[in-house]
Amino acid sequence: MSSFILRRLIQTLLLLFLLSIVLFALVNLAPGGPMVGLGQNRRVRPEQLEMMRRQFGLDQPLPVQYIVWLAGNDWMQVDSDGDGLPDQPGQRLGVLRGDFGTSINTRQPVLSEISQRLPNTIYLMGITIILAILIAIPIGILSATRQYSRIDIALTTFSFAGQAIPEFWLGLVLIIIFYAWLKNPFTGDPLFPAGGMYSLAGSSSLTDRLWHLILPVITGALGWISWYSRFIRASLLDVIHADYLRTARAKGLSERIVLFKHALRNALVPLITMLALDLPTIFSGAIFVELLFAWPGMGRLYYQAASARDYPVLMAVLMIGATFIILSNLLADIVYAYLDPRVRYE
Amino acid sequence: MADQRDWLSTEVEVERSMPGVNMTSAVWRRLRRHPGAIAGLILLGLLVAAVGLANFSPYNPEASEMSIKFQPPSLQHWMGTDALGRDLLTRVLYGGRISLTVGLIVVAIALLIGVPVGALSGYYGGWLDVLLMRVTDTFLSLPSFMVLILLGAFLREIKIPLIERNNVLTIGLVIGSLSWMTTARLVRATFLTIKSMDYITAARSMGASDWRLISRHILPNAIGPIVVESTLELAYAIIEESGLSFLGFGIRPPTPSWGNLLSDAQNYFVASPWLAIFPGLMIFLTIISVNYIGDGLRDAFDPYKVLEKVGEY
Repeated sequence: MSSFILRRLIQTLLLLFLLSIVLFALVNLAPGGPMVGLGQNRRVRPEQLEMMRRQFGLDQPLPVQYIVWLAGNDWMQVDSDGDGLPDQPGQRLGVLRGDFGTSINTRQPVLSEISQRLPNTIYLMGITIILAILIAIPIGILSATRQYSRIDIALTTFSFAGQAIPEFWLGLVLIIIFYAWLKNPFTGDPLFPAGGMYSLAGSSSLTDRLWHLILPVITGALGWISWYSRFIRASLLDVIHADYLRTARAKGLSERIVLFKHALRNALVPLITMLALDLPTIFSGAIFVELLFAWPGMGRLYYQAASARDYPVLMAVLMIGATFIILSNLLADIVYAYLDPRVRYE
Repeated sequence: MADQRDWLSTEVEVERSMPGVNMTSAVWRRLRRHPGAIAGLILLGLLVAAVGLANFSPYNPEASEMSIKFQPPSLQHWMGTDALGRDLLTRVLYGGRISLTVGLIVVAIALLIGVPVGALSGYYGGWLDVLLMRVTDTFLSLPSFMVLILLGAFLREIKIPLIERNNVLTIGLVIGSLSWMTTARLVRATFLTIKSMDYITAARSMGASDWRLISRHILPNAIGPIVVESTLELAYAIIEESGLSFLGFGIRPPTPSWGNLLSDAQNYFVASPWLAIFPGLMIFLTIISVNYIGDGLRDAFDPYKVLEKVGEY
């Protein structure tokens, strides 16, 4: 097992190296370049633009830019004042030493931008996913144990509908209903806020935070609930006709024990694997929820970076996102082998 | 259980050996017994017909008429009018053409890349398999919607004739190039299972070429999974296109698409909620019907599951 993990980790590093080249090329070969927005600004003179290009190292050939991105430029002379002549050693440490560069938009280090946004996303997505699982598990159990009953058909229809509703539309409809139409009967204010994590004027109390969480969480959770309840139903149905359950019943165990101790434990193995695979979304966030509800998280950061062509931020979010995906794949494999003793990786 | 299995397989055997029953008609016979799939087929048929009839609308989807802006739904304008006085129903129908076309382009590209990659990888194995599967893994490791946003944001600036201004073809190509991996893996898995079977050895010993073995003897076994996967892909592509257009990185106004209609509606949803309701409703109806058809097809291609649904298993 440990040699399997080691081999996979080495493969992961190779894959990440490959991905970083592909993504770097993708981001940097795009027409225009990161200064295209500033170039349209009439107050910025062409000479200034040229100077900034030199300061950001954008005048260098692409492979050099990649090496600087990867390994930094403190070992070479750079043109820090933008006059066309290299004058002093660079400041960048490179991704390998944990430096993702400086945001072109805000002039902040990319990592500090991310560390401001990431807790907000983890807070929102964590609550969304935990809530979704807590609702999906009973739905899945109910559906599977009463297969083809009226309640199963109703729940299955619900989950088909939930999967077909686009998040951005659901959020919009919820805002229309709970912000624009329904009013608090005592104060006449909207029933729920249209966005933000807490009220600016009011105290950021727990109730205030919860009040701001409800609509974004519902918007984000519906798809997860539908998908996971169907998944749990299917994996429970896979084991429910198994011989060992018939044996358990035959030896006189109650239906409750058969279901919860024997069937569910096996049915949850694929669920946990699936959860491991879905972990990256906790990092990348739900872009539509964050945009609709003005939630200052990772999804919105990426959206803003894409709109403003903030290459260092785009590169950082993409690379960290890809790393999370690859690592969660590995985690899923390990968890699966750990939980199911029949699975052995040689 | 064992005797039930026997009964099932004889049932399927009988179905197979019936004269004149090929796979298509057997699948169709089973699909007809699936109420969800039938409802989905009818609904999708209606949607496609409506979208196809968009030309017959008395209104122009792009010409504005400011005197009738923001009209709520009425007999003249079934879905009301937008900020520029354009008939929303007409725009929704034209937008549906865009969304459905993008979906079909994506499925076509996923098949064009995924089937050959999976077939070559599974049939030949060796270094080719390693190479192709590494490429597939790399694509699967991409945060795909983020990459879509990136490509959409950059391509909308580009000035190459055929793919200018994020048109239908561009968006279809972009989404399609990130959607072929599951198909490739499915096809590869089928090839790995089938290629060592006796009838393949027999066919090869009779002098069948690689091409004939791949296309006539092995690939048909993968049709079921491929068809099911393609319907899922279609639904997913429609959601991705509308999401991308909603963010402003997809189809660009004035060309309507369900996503950018919703994006417009964001600015007026308090006073004119119909602008936000109808385009989303169309996405919802399309996706749910495609998903039900996919569910029916999955059962129809897997007879054991159909009989299980009838309640005999």
